[in-house]
Amino acid sequence: MDIIIIGSGPAGVSAALYAKRAGADVTVITRGSGALAKAERIENYFGLAEPLTGAELEANGIAGAKRLGVSFIEDEVVGLAMNEDFTGLVVQTPGLACEAKAVVLTAGSTRLAPKIPGLKELEGKGVSYCAICDAFFYRQKTVAVLGEGDYALHEAEILLPHASKVMLFTNGKEPAVKIPDTIEVHKEKIIAVEAENANGMERVSGLRTEDSAVTPVQGLFVALGTAGSVDLARKIGAATDNNRIVVDGEMATNVPGLYAAGDCTGGLLQVVKAAYEGAVAGLAAAKYVRSRK
Amino acid sequence: MAVNVVNKENFKNEVLKADKPVLVDFWATWCGPCRMMAPVVEAIAEEHPELKVCKVDIDENPELAQLFNVMSIPTLAAFKDGQLTGTAIGYQPKESVLKLFA
Repeated sequence: MDIIIIGSGPAGVSAALYAKRAGADVTVITRGSGALAKAERIENYFGLAEPLTGAELEANGIAGAKRLGVSFIEDEVVGLAMNEDFTGLVVQTPGLACEAKAVVLTAGSTRLAPKIPGLKELEGKGVSYCAICDAFFYRQKTVAVLGEGDYALHEAEILLPHASKVMLFTNGKEPAVKIPDTIEVHKEKIIAVEAENANGMERVSGLRTEDSAVTPVQGLFVALGTAGSVDLARKIGAATDNNRIVVDGEMATNVPGLYAAGDCTGGLLQVVKAAYEGAVAGLAAAKYVRSRK
Repeated sequence: MAVNVVNKENFKNEVLKADKPVLVDFWATWCGPCRMMAPVVEAIAEEHPELKVCKVDIDENPELAQLFNVMSIPTLAAFKDGQLTGTAIGYQPKESVLKLFA
């Protein structure tokens, strides 16, 4: 596959249109509607004689891209990595791994991690956002994954062969997917990440829940809801800054073949900005793919 | 200057007893973000002779990772006069790595 676009908002669809028209083979993977669909009225975008709802504008965009031959897959992306020989990118969904020469991340901005005391302070000291990167450090240790959906399950499954015990903490939510018996589910809310002192440095020792009990864990992997653009960028080693992806003038990240556009790059959270960035990213990705042939 | 490959045998001499500040890149072959980090670390070694730049393969030296509580890679660690003075986790652009020595 030439180009996979993750997300089907104005950035993703514009990227798809421009890449397709530049001759690339383009597939969009989307988990359905995003931020745009929640907008009640759009009347500040070029060419609208009458206001449209966000959902209508989004549906029109997708219909236009389909008409040009862009294929759409409705699925959730849970992982992003380089392939074995570092010549392409692998997009992982719960059931499928697809390889592409280039990927455009347009899955919107992610909400920030919940304000649990200790979570931010202990990042890199037992709190991790990437199971594939850090599972190695938790061989024969007890770990917890914070989350409730496919993304959390995917992270837990990466940890299972390494850790001695993997628990899923849903932080007050019901699990959104079936969790296998090998993973112990805890639904209590977490009120603090506890730390201990080891070699003069702090390190995660347990999770304090609302019932005041402390469950001993040595690692906590954060995977709430669905993986956002920034989560996926971090897994592959793209530079991020304050919850946005760092891109150059062609919307390229520091990872060869990886582009980002729309809300995930920061700045104005507007359709017009997303559409522009998508167009630039789509063209740049198509040019990159041509240069690799 | 080139990047020095250090291990558990020579860490003390190469890093802790170095006569200038040392940047240590804790990495592993299977870690994608570490592969992205490598050219940045090499560029720092070339452009900053006032620093000594080293890398530690954590698969071969798990003791060193444990000693410095490295639990996430890539971890970029700054050492001055034998003391760990700061760390940065995950892929970092050059400027962020250099801030460890500011």
